[in-house]
Amino acid sequence: MGVALTKSAQWTTAAGFGTGTLEITPLNEGILKEIIMFVESFIYKHPQEAKYVFVEPLEWKTNLDPSAFESGYVVSATTVKSEEVDKNGQPLLFLSVPQIKIRSFGQLSCLLFIAKDTKLKEAQACIEANRNPVAKILGMDYNTMKEDPSILNILDKITKEDDPESEVKMKMAMLLEELDLHLLNYSLKHASLEIHLNPVTIKKDIELLKHFSGQGEQTVLESIEYTSDYEFSNGCRAPPWRQLHGEICYVLVKPHDVETLCITCCAEGVFLNGGKTDDEGEINYERKGAIYKDLVTFLKHKSAKFSENMSKQVSTRLTEEQQKVKDQPKKAPKKKEADALHKSITSSNKSKLENNQINFGKNQMTKRLEPSVNWKTDVDFKVISVRDTQEKKHGGRPEKSTPPVSPGRAQLVHKNADKTEEIPSESSSESEEDEEPPDHRQEANADLPSEYWQIQKLVKYLKGGNQTATVIALCSMRDFNLAQETCQLAIRDVGGLEVLINLLDTDEVKCKIGSLKILKEISYNPQIRRNIVDLGGLPVMVNILDSPHKILKCLAAETIANVAKFRRARRVVRHHGGITKLVALLDCAQNSTEPAQASLYDERDVEVARCGALALWSCSKSYANKEAIRKAGGIPLLAQLLKTSHENMLIPVVGTLQECASEESYRAAIKAERIIENLVKNLNSENEQLQEHCAMAIYQCAEDEETRDLVRLHGGLKPLASLLNKTDNKERLAAVTGAIWKCSISKENVTKFREYRAIETLVGLLTDQPEEVLVNVVGALGECCQEYENRVLVRKCGGIQPLVNLLVGINQALLVNVTKAVGACAVEPESMVIIDRLDGVRLLWSLLKNPHPDVKASAAWALCPCIQNAKDAGEMVRSFVGGLELVVNLLKSDNKEVLASVCAVITNIAKDQENLAVITDHGVVPLLSKLANTNNDKLRQHLAEAISRCCMWGRNKVAFGEHKAVAPLVRYLKSNDTNVHRATAQALYQLSEDANNCITMHENGAVKLLLDMVGSPDQDLQEAAAGCISNIRRLALATEKARYP
Amino acid sequence: MNRKKLQKLTDTLTKNCKHFNKFEVKCLIQLFYNLVGDVTEWQGVVIGLDRNAFRNILHVTFGMTDDMIMDRVFRGFDKDNDGCVNVSEWIYGLSLFLRGTLEEKMKYCFEVFDLNGDGFISKEEMFHMLKNSLLKQPSEEDPDEGIKDLVEITLKKMDYDHDGKLSFSDYERSVREETLLLEAFGPCLPDPKSQMEFESQVFKDPNEFNDM
Repeated sequence: MGVALTKSAQWTTAAGFGTGTLEITPLNEGILKEIIMFVESFIYKHPQEAKYVFVEPLEWKTNLDPSAFESGYVVSATTVKSEEVDKNGQPLLFLSVPQIKIRSFGQLSCLLFIAKDTKLKEAQACIEANRNPVAKILGMDYNTMKEDPSILNILDKITKEDDPESEVKMKMAMLLEELDLHLLNYSLKHASLEIHLNPVTIKKDIELLKHFSGQGEQTVLESIEYTSDYEFSNGCRAPPWRQLHGEICYVLVKPHDVETLCITCCAEGVFLNGGKTDDEGEINYERKGAIYKDLVTFLKHKSAKFSENMSKQVSTRLTEEQQKVKDQPKKAPKKKEADALHKSITSSNKSKLENNQINFGKNQMTKRLEPSVNWKTDVDFKVISVRDTQEKKHGGRPEKSTPPVSPGRAQLVHKNADKTEEIPSESSSESEEDEEPPDHRQEANADLPSEYWQIQKLVKYLKGGNQTATVIALCSMRDFNLAQETCQLAIRDVGGLEVLINLLDTDEVKCKIGSLKILKEISYNPQIRRNIVDLGGLPVMVNILDSPHKILKCLAAETIANVAKFRRARRVVRHHGGITKLVALLDCAQNSTEPAQASLYDERDVEVARCGALALWSCSKSYANKEAIRKAGGIPLLAQLLKTSHENMLIPVVGTLQECASEESYRAAIKAERIIENLVKNLNSENEQLQEHCAMAIYQCAEDEETRDLVRLHGGLKPLASLLNKTDNKERLAAVTGAIWKCSISKENVTKFREYRAIETLVGLLTDQPEEVLVNVVGALGECCQEYENRVLVRKCGGIQPLVNLLVGINQALLVNVTKAVGACAVEPESMVIIDRLDGVRLLWSLLKNPHPDVKASAAWALCPCIQNAKDAGEMVRSFVGGLELVVNLLKSDNKEVLASVCAVITNIAKDQENLAVITDHGVVPLLSKLANTNNDKLRQHLAEAISRCCMWGRNKVAFGEHKAVAPLVRYLKSNDTNVHRATAQALYQLSEDANNCITMHENGAVKLLLDMVGSPDQDLQEAAAGCISNIRRLALATEKARYP
Repeated sequence: MNRKKLQKLTDTLTKNCKHFNKFEVKCLIQLFYNLVGDVTEWQGVVIGLDRNAFRNILHVTFGMTDDMIMDRVFRGFDKDNDGCVNVSEWIYGLSLFLRGTLEEKMKYCFEVFDLNGDGFISKEEMFHMLKNSLLKQPSEEDPDEGIKDLVEITLKKMDYDHDGKLSFSDYERSVREETLLLEAFGPCLPDPKSQMEFESQVFKDPNEFNDM
């Protein structure tokens, strides 16, 4: 007890001087309660020891009134004596207001019983007054002796036999010892449970989070702010009267995926409070949720996005921190912070982090398809970077983690800064590897392969040799495996790149050839590419494109093709006029008048053109380059080359076209240059890569209706359909399915596809395919299912089940297509039965919660036929708990497509009276009315339909009038779209049953507009317009009658 | 030289030369006599370019610098080994020089590099030809070490039968694999640039041809 009291109990600062007081803390309270429990039960558990008389009385000031003491006590006005006395006849309890003296545990127990509610205060006062109770109870000497338990034991044995009193004393001592231990344990447990937050940690947390907040996908939060700018000297921001409750500050947090949270940070933890009240900016301090141990934990529970991004940030942050710690080992606090962060976050997030990485990989897969050569390099690149990070992780190699200080790098940063304004002009089809990969240089001390030294020697001869020695060294260097990274990096690390690039500036044709042959090989390495650009290699190569020697042109173009795999390089090529020169290389046929003295180093013209196309293919991944190629007259030349039959030539040509076809201008030119014909022809090629690029180009171009027709007219649909059966090459399959998707937007093409039995095959591809294939397959099915025959076909082939299964995916593009396809199928009542059985409607409905507006809208469109065709649709809709509320709330969206689709869903829901009543209760009328002011015809049509349906319930007609929906509706009649007219006239007809609405319509000139509509060939429109006019007229007559009876 | 004789000479030389047409042969003959100077032909005295004159042409016109190689080129031109290049040797040599096929050039180059004419390019010969090809590093203990190493590298690359010297078949195989090795031991053919200049200069006047 002594130890517990001195060490664990939290005394106020005054403790050292005289009577200190115990602070009111949960810990102290706990300790006191434990002591009280011990004392209270003492009398029952140890009756013998309870009678033991303390050596000195415990003495304190009590608040108890003498009158509280009853039987067993001699009570006077100001004094109380216990009837129980010691051997000397002294009372064991003596109270002389306010001083009380107690000399046994029995009396202490009694006192606590008497104190009832105030026992905590009494116990506290007692402990405060008697800082060393053990000494008083057992005597001073005992207190010191008991430090050593072995002595205690001996003493125990000796005394046991002769002296009964000291035996009791001994037992007493042991009991107290036990209590002490118990208390220590208790306080330890308490301490470990309650690590209190303090203003400093909270401030750090908030600053950290602020650092990672802002707009954009990568941040953890949108914003985090204090409610008050004023910070008290103790670091708190809460008003003083709230600080009393341990509250430190209040924070407004806006995560990406949930509403703004108003949070209280207090000593016990972090919790959601009642939020800011609207009117005065006051905070409702009441706690509204569970207490979390800190801000980060709290936010992780509240926002999924936060926890996802946080785990990303933490990993980077951690490395940063570690870096800092490494750099400045003296700054211990940073390390602590990092450790704390680590402790609190890593354990729970490791798994998430991994998930993220997996997802990240997937995302890259689903990006636009790149030419396969690119894919290969991407994979290479990823492997490298993965290895890099691994090395970093495991590495005790400090050099790796420090930023490289090569001059090239510095220059690079500078260049980047220069060109920032140009970045937006780059096209979206940029390859992923645009991020600069970390440089990792060979270390001087590491075990270097023998190639390294040999290459070093060769580079020495390159530097110090004449032409002859240089050629020998270059040829010898080519004997190394230049595809191997060790050799590539060795050449760079011994300064070989500089020499090779310098050689390009000489007049020695042989040296240039030898150098380019090496550069061409090693530039497959992404790092080398960057080094070549940094060393200014590209402008020299671009100049070589003008060389009279074809072999030099070829080699330079091929090397450029390799180097220009990243954005900065492509820009350099363009800025040095490379695109024009490369396009000139394509022009091989015209160049037939060449000097007769074809020298040793010559290539065929076709080869030159091929290399040119290869380089253009690489360059064409930047938007500005696509433009430059077009301006340089590249398209007719590419079209010309497309007529050849060399696969080697066709692949880069089609690759370039495919890349460029993302631009509208190219698609027009492709159509004009009759390129489609040749693309179709090459679909029949044997070469998989060529087939893939052709299909990809068709996929790009078939956005255009005329092109789709051209594909059909040139017989392209059949090869596409037959390629669909070859599923081994996934890249090709993705391209082919993409082409089929886009082509099937035209009805005639769909008919052809059905003829070629492509629809059955497509259904077969709904399972076990990568996402990029699935997106296209489902897209194609969605288009095909617009026709009755195909819907039946899809159902009969069992396509509905896999389609519905795909509704649970996460890929946005896939979901948009799947919902469309399911919606198309749902038009068929028989299919609808299957969808309903598979719970497809519920899945569609839950996609209304998807964060992407495209998915939301597509799901909503799909729901319309479902509701139309489902049996017991009303009942089905009602069965979705919260479903109707969800739909109504989507009317608050700001996306026009979402709004139109949701209006259509509401139109269908409102066909059921009961559901109409429910959505009316959810406030559908004001929400629809709010949308009325729009110019979007699609939205207008569906909105008018929804309004017209919703008028069927209660006083909704009146309510629409009250919410000022009528006047804007009248204006819809001025639109050019007949669908809008019809829907609007019907809505107005419904609304016109309310007199006030008639007045509004009349005031807004509806009658004249409606009169025109009566003349429309559309019967529904006629009827609605006429009905509306008649209602208005009838009201007018009634008014007249009322006025002049 | 009279016109008739020239005509006759042109006809015979054109017949024997596969790479030049008549006009080109005529131009080259004219050039030859311009270079030799207008010396009348004495009975028994060979008219032609001696070693120095020829080397001068190689140096000025074709940008060659290596004395030894130029000597070897002279020997290559001077088929009859009489110390002077006559007009038919001149035409024949230049036809290879400017228009030769790879096979012809390989044969010619190998002969140039095979200093002692024993049918092999030995290590010593290589060393001899390469000895000036590296910048002398003052720090090197053995200044020839780099050259020796270069010879080893070359052998490793070109000596397919591993007999420590290059036979013609070794050489041929290497060159077919990598054309750059044709002039592996020194430039013995005109470089493309000077070749082009030379041709445009010599074959410049087709009108004259028409006159004939």
